[in-house]
Amino acid sequence: MDSNQLDMLKEIMEICFCLTDINLYLDTHPNDERAVALHNTFSKKYKELTNMYSMKYGPLTNYDLSKYPWEYTKSPWPWEIEY
Amino acid sequence: MWIYEKKLQYPVRVDTCNPTLAAMILEQFGGPDGELSAGIRYLTQRWAMPTDQAKGILTDIGTEEFAHWEIIGTIVWKLIKDVPIKDIEGTPLEAHYVNHGKSPFPHDAAGYAWTATFIQSKDDPIANLHEDMAAEQKARATYEYLINICDDPGVKDALRFLREREIVHFQRFGETLDIVQECLNSKKYY
Repeated sequence: MDSNQLDMLKEIMEICFCLTDINLYLDTHPNDERAVALHNTFSKKYKELTNMYSMKYGPLTNYDLSKYPWEYTKSPWPWEIEY
Repeated sequence: MWIYEKKLQYPVRVDTCNPTLAAMILEQFGGPDGELSAGIRYLTQRWAMPTDQAKGILTDIGTEEFAHWEIIGTIVWKLIKDVPIKDIEGTPLEAHYVNHGKSPFPHDAAGYAWTATFIQSKDDPIANLHEDMAAEQKARATYEYLINICDDPGVKDALRFLREREIVHFQRFGETLDIVQECLNSKKYY
């Protein structure tokens, strides 16, 4: 995996972690308006980034659009990447 | 249902080949207070939970535990994938190797295989949530022991991240316990 792709993947990992942590907080604080706004900001960013990433480097999930031939299994698996 | 995404929750950098450390890290892959136990425990307890909020937190924390299980498996794999067999001989990983080769397998650091008796689930949210809070503290303590014996900087970094998540989960389960208790007490009007 080249460094441009890895940088983008790491950025997705960061945004995804923000989403995870805010999600747990919101589960027990559903009425925190600021936290919901923050969640939505990261949610939009996450969609934008994953769309860009999958168009450039292939799908991150088996549900994403694929070029021919099937791309999902081609990119390196998470345990095979040198971070 | 679950959807798999081809990425780790946290990047795993491993700087050394170390079969002994890999054998110790397996504690969190298949030990009683490890990530697999946590994931199965929380996801199993969801059905008998009384509030939507409790069902949500168990689903979301349970799901995160499988992301952690994947991180642990990755640490183990990266620590041993390039180790020559002769360097496994005489280490604590040797007994694992004669059964599994270099594949990770869910057992604890002493080789005791994962079993469902590591977890509990009752139709009793108070009992369940206390078990869950205890589980997070036990996992935190285990991560501290692993950090103490770990001399690989990259592995140490990932272990510190995982330790921090145990503390956050403990906090959320505590809040959930408060909410569930309030709900159970408020139902006593006739």
